[in-house]
Amino acid sequence: MEVTIKVFGKISEEIGQTEFSIESPDNVFALIERLNAQFPKIRELKYAIAINRQLAKSSDDIPDGAEVALLPPFSGG
Amino acid sequence: MKDRFDRHYNLKGFAKEGQQKLQNAKVLIIGAGGLGCPILLYLAAVGVGKIGIVDGDSISESNLSRQVLFGQQDLGKNKAKVVGEILNRKYANLEMEVIPEFLRTDNVIGYLQDYDLVIDGSDNFPTRYLVNDACVLLNKPLVFGALYQNEGQIAVFNARGGDSVNYRDIYPNPPSAGEVPNCNEIGILGVFPGIIGCMMAAEAIKLISDFGEILDSKMLFYNFLNHSEYKIGISKNPQSDLNRPKSVKELQSMDYQDFCGLSEAISWKEVRTLIHDFPDAFLVDVREKDEEPQLEGLAFQRIEMDQINASFGKFAQHDTILLFCQTGIRSAKAARKLQEEFPDKYIRSIKGGINAIEFIL
Repeated sequence: MEVTIKVFGKISEEIGQTEFSIESPDNVFALIERLNAQFPKIRELKYAIAINRQLAKSSDDIPDGAEVALLPPFSGG
Repeated sequence: MKDRFDRHYNLKGFAKEGQQKLQNAKVLIIGAGGLGCPILLYLAAVGVGKIGIVDGDSISESNLSRQVLFGQQDLGKNKAKVVGEILNRKYANLEMEVIPEFLRTDNVIGYLQDYDLVIDGSDNFPTRYLVNDACVLLNKPLVFGALYQNEGQIAVFNARGGDSVNYRDIYPNPPSAGEVPNCNEIGILGVFPGIIGCMMAAEAIKLISDFGEILDSKMLFYNFLNHSEYKIGISKNPQSDLNRPKSVKELQSMDYQDFCGLSEAISWKEVRTLIHDFPDAFLVDVREKDEEPQLEGLAFQRIEMDQINASFGKFAQHDTILLFCQTGIRSAKAARKLQEEFPDKYIRSIKGGINAIEFIL
């Protein structure tokens, strides 16, 4: 199964897309490792992660078919 | 007898009760920038009783494309003062408090205390964390909004006191310095802050008048280019409290610039690159003149620590200022002092001072 990853702000700029799919990682921790390997540029960036539109913790499981969002902070005003 | 708020009275579910709540409300707005301008205009128009505006910045030409309260005749004037003049002229019964200063750890509590609601339209992470932390300590609801290029994020924090989430539940720690550039660096199209600012004003009005649903424990992401919206639920995050000051005293001793990595030191290697990319960079030795070794191979000036204040005029002429001493401690202190005086300049202390240079040169 795959999960859909939606990306926002600077992260979408760095990886050049706003949405993509990857093979389902077990949990948030595994997801981050996978992303860091695939997109070294976002390794140093801070962002929150939501699973099915709810803020997630790094220990949370990612259900099959979930929609995951990578949400960096904005500061402009 | 019809008055200014006749259309509000006719609106089902809002009516005179809603208007009375707006009339009784006291709202403090942080920043009269791209977000602050529409927020100020609408909150004053709908009849909020008291509005405070905090902004220490002055109006520059490049602000005018989006900061719609200001015009060319206002260049160089303080933003908060001009807001006060305009809104007082428009609405005789509006009570305005004009605070022509930047928010700091030593003034934030005093300024927030008198208000029922705070709206953050600032443009930098240190202020955003400072405002959030002060609102948590004082138990004030906070309407939050921020921009990145063509995307915005909006949330309402602390709407229900201790049961609510705050900014640190989603972002416990700030990004490192330079990771998220501001509008000055990445650009923004004039109309977009108006959209997000109006959404923030709407959240504030709904919260005050108990009308409809607000983004309580939610954050809305809005993309202006394709109208996509993404709303997430925020739950309490155990990491939220780790670095948050737990008392007013703790808040007052925090260094938010430092917390956000903005007083972070740079290496000699980075200094070389910066001097190459920005020939205007001002390299300064803050040590006393008999301290050894002297720097060789790079152009610099000596401005001793006790001469920093007297030399503000010299620093004012440069946008990039790099400071060093023997070990990096004095220069870090000097960098903080100068950054307070010149918040828009790129000011860095050099890590390890002159003692760290032999490995590079």
